[in-house]
Amino acid sequence: MIDDQVELRAALAETPGADPEQIQNYMINFGPQHPAAHGVLRLVMELDGEIIERCDPHVGLLHRGTEKLCEYKTYLQALPYMDRLDYVSPMCMEHSYVLAIEKLSGIEVPLRAQYIRVMFAEITRVLNHIMNVCSHANDVGAMTPLLWLFEEREHLMGFYERVSGARMHAAYFRPGGVHQDLPAGLLEDILAWCDKYEGPLMDTQRLVAGNRIFKQRNVDIGTISKADAVAWGFSGPCLRACDVAWDLRRSQPYEVYDRMEFDVIVGKHGDSYDRFMCRMEEMRQSVRIIRQCAQQMPAGRIATLDRKIAPPTRTEMKQSMEALIHHFKLYTEGFHVPAGEAYVATESPKGEFGVYLVSDGTNKPYRCHFRATGFSHLQAMDFLCKGHMLADAPAILGSLDIVFGEVDR
Amino acid sequence: MSAHWPHDKTDAGLAERLAAAFWDAALSEHAGETTLTIARTALIAVATALHDDFAYQQLIDVAGVDFPDRPERFEVVYQFLSLTANRRIRVKLSTDDVQPVASLTGLWPCANWWEREVYDLYGVLFEGHPDLRRILTDYGFSGHPFRKDFPLTGHVELRYSEEHKRVVYEPVKLAQDFRSFDFLSPWEGTDYVLPGDEKAAPVPTAAPAPPPADNAKKAAS
Repeated sequence: MIDDQVELRAALAETPGADPEQIQNYMINFGPQHPAAHGVLRLVMELDGEIIERCDPHVGLLHRGTEKLCEYKTYLQALPYMDRLDYVSPMCMEHSYVLAIEKLSGIEVPLRAQYIRVMFAEITRVLNHIMNVCSHANDVGAMTPLLWLFEEREHLMGFYERVSGARMHAAYFRPGGVHQDLPAGLLEDILAWCDKYEGPLMDTQRLVAGNRIFKQRNVDIGTISKADAVAWGFSGPCLRACDVAWDLRRSQPYEVYDRMEFDVIVGKHGDSYDRFMCRMEEMRQSVRIIRQCAQQMPAGRIATLDRKIAPPTRTEMKQSMEALIHHFKLYTEGFHVPAGEAYVATESPKGEFGVYLVSDGTNKPYRCHFRATGFSHLQAMDFLCKGHMLADAPAILGSLDIVFGEVDR
Repeated sequence: MSAHWPHDKTDAGLAERLAAAFWDAALSEHAGETTLTIARTALIAVATALHDDFAYQQLIDVAGVDFPDRPERFEVVYQFLSLTANRRIRVKLSTDDVQPVASLTGLWPCANWWEREVYDLYGVLFEGHPDLRRILTDYGFSGHPFRKDFPLTGHVELRYSEEHKRVVYEPVKLAQDFRSFDFLSPWEGTDYVLPGDEKAAPVPTAAPAPPPADNAKKAAS
């Protein structure tokens, strides 16, 4: 590297009219259409040779103004927008939103609905981590994990489809509960999948984690210390990889997480490799939680009986005048949320995903702000990339787990 | 059954200690969340104290809110999180589009993008911010889209022009009028006029008062 520079300077000095001191850093444009940019990210980098001197991420190319759109929709109409935020983990986005509404309105949710929500939040976590782990491995040259684990992802999307009718944009968690009950046989299938998943996961881990090339590309790359990670607003696996045992499911348990047995996975070094390994291990913990939920799943209602919040069943609606009125009112006017404000954050697969909801007592949110996890992680790109080689940038980006639906909102 | 949404820890005496430390700020409690409403000029002092004395290590979020009716129309809302004490606090202050708010980038580097976002969407200025550029909107965008008086459809739309071989910006043309349905129930005490009602003749609110008794007598005689 240094020899090259010396040779280049020497060569330039020989050409007449060229000043060797004129060699300057140059800027390159990474993205916005680049497979390793994980969506539409434009990175403007200042390079000294192949060393990144400065890195300025330009985001907002996928900005759709979700927060503004929510202000023009009733609370229920705004719910499907959540799926389009982090489209790799849709139900976890819904989770924060419905919890914020329930917190402001003081709605109680039946136990079965809470179990279903936790089970699907964890299925979503596996869904997200498969996507991230595989694309991260793909970014540094390993294509096989993508082919192996996406088959499992397909099974999970099958569960999504069976429970909500949609493979991705589920709109399944509703204020007061979930939209519909689990179809017959789903729990058994989920349990059967839990038993089988360790196989492909272990195969992938054996293929990638000990691989020399994978380690060379990730170990000690994008290292961030505990104090820096806290200051940069890191959360989720990125924070835990720096040896901070912080998990909202454990520290501020919501729904039935306080009844679940699982370990909070931490790393030691805070580099790309630890972030990758944290996710691998978190998938195993998620499978543990899914299994416990499926085994303990109580019988009962799946949504609150408060008809001012949750709609009546279809059969009831066809037979009872009052149910018909409730149905009509809920799907035109919607429900009113008492005036006030709430900030609710849940542990989404990427980290803390928060919803700051301001209500003025009408049927539409006055302000609905999303605390996007990736927004905090991505702005540390400059900090993480400084001094690294150009080829390390995709590895760091992959390990941060960025999805632009969420960052740009 | 305890509530199923996330709960942070509320340690005894915290409210008193906060009230003592920030005696000139308004401390309020709603839905189990603590909110501190402070003067705009006190932000740096309050944030430093929260970080140093109350162990709020993380700045989680900065959000803007627009209240066009207020003299200072914007609210800037900060969420802090303490990892060691496991609790949250919200700090609010108000400003308008000319008076700058002090930037927290010196204390938390992650304030950088959050403040850029509030600047971009609301036009709130941050004093001492190293790089106050737009972040989410398009290059060359004008206006602040999340203000309540900015139309949902925006002012310009863009398309690829085959003629010019580039993307062109044009004023928004809607194929159908933007419809805003008002579902607020007239049965629940609203006071607006329903469409069509204004055509009806105003109905007298009460029966006309009878003429005074002595006049009636005169008319009879």
